[in-house]
Amino acid sequence: MELLVFLIFAFLSVFAALVVVAHKNPVYSTMALVLTLFSVAVLFVLLGAPFVGVLQVLIYTGAIVVLFLFVIMLLNIGREDSQIAGHKAQLFFALLGAVTFGSLVILALLSLRHAALPPLTPELVSLEALASTLFNEYLLPFEIIGLLLTVAVIGATVVARRPAAGEGAAAPKEEAQP
Amino acid sequence: MTVPISWYLILAAVLFAIGTVGALTRRNGISIFLSIEVMLNAANLTLIAYARQFESHAGQVVVFFVMAVAAAEAAVGLALFIAVFRQRHTIDLNRINLLRW
Repeated sequence: MELLVFLIFAFLSVFAALVVVAHKNPVYSTMALVLTLFSVAVLFVLLGAPFVGVLQVLIYTGAIVVLFLFVIMLLNIGREDSQIAGHKAQLFFALLGAVTFGSLVILALLSLRHAALPPLTPELVSLEALASTLFNEYLLPFEIIGLLLTVAVIGATVVARRPAAGEGAAAPKEEAQP
Repeated sequence: MTVPISWYLILAAVLFAIGTVGALTRRNGISIFLSIEVMLNAANLTLIAYARQFESHAGQVVVFFVMAVAAAEAAVGLALFIAVFRQRHTIDLNRINLLRW
């Protein structure tokens, strides 16, 4: 049963990741990313991390993907249509690098013995134990993450906001290159 | 039958390789960001798999931090794209080459 669920969502996530990478239209790519993230969330639950799976669905598919969709809508990005010389070589070397990396990792993993995972314990799944690890051992990184998010939100607002009428003249507006 | 940990790691490696290809070959800035999200998720899958293997919560805690950093990165990066788009009217990364040699 576990094997069946793993296989279904593993293939689903790989398929959706291929669509993310290969589709010309960014909106379809984003929708395929939702499928990838959801499949990986199911695998998280299968691995005994239900809270992380829920967070994955809430934060990634609920917040980050919506942010992506908003920006795509705001910028009105269409399909990639400009053909650039040298693109074929770029694709070739990227594929070569990915295949090399993937086969190296898989070779390294195949040389391991296929040890079965230890059975799930209630202690590993429990939210209480996770919270006590987070707020005791990792309290300082947790607070720093809060600071980082605050800085990121303020920075994003400052960067993305339209310059006010008075200060717009100070920065020379550069013409878009054809 | 339970799934051995190496299957999860192989799946994560495949996802990471797919994301790498996307990040290296796409020209649209948004698509490159989406590929990077796929790579981050592959890394998260590895962390969770090892957290299960070693029966520790540290891996899950690190995944929280990775998610938070990914959210911050997406917010700032997309804001940068909006700012660049205002100036250049494109986010095709082959045409944003002012600082390139």
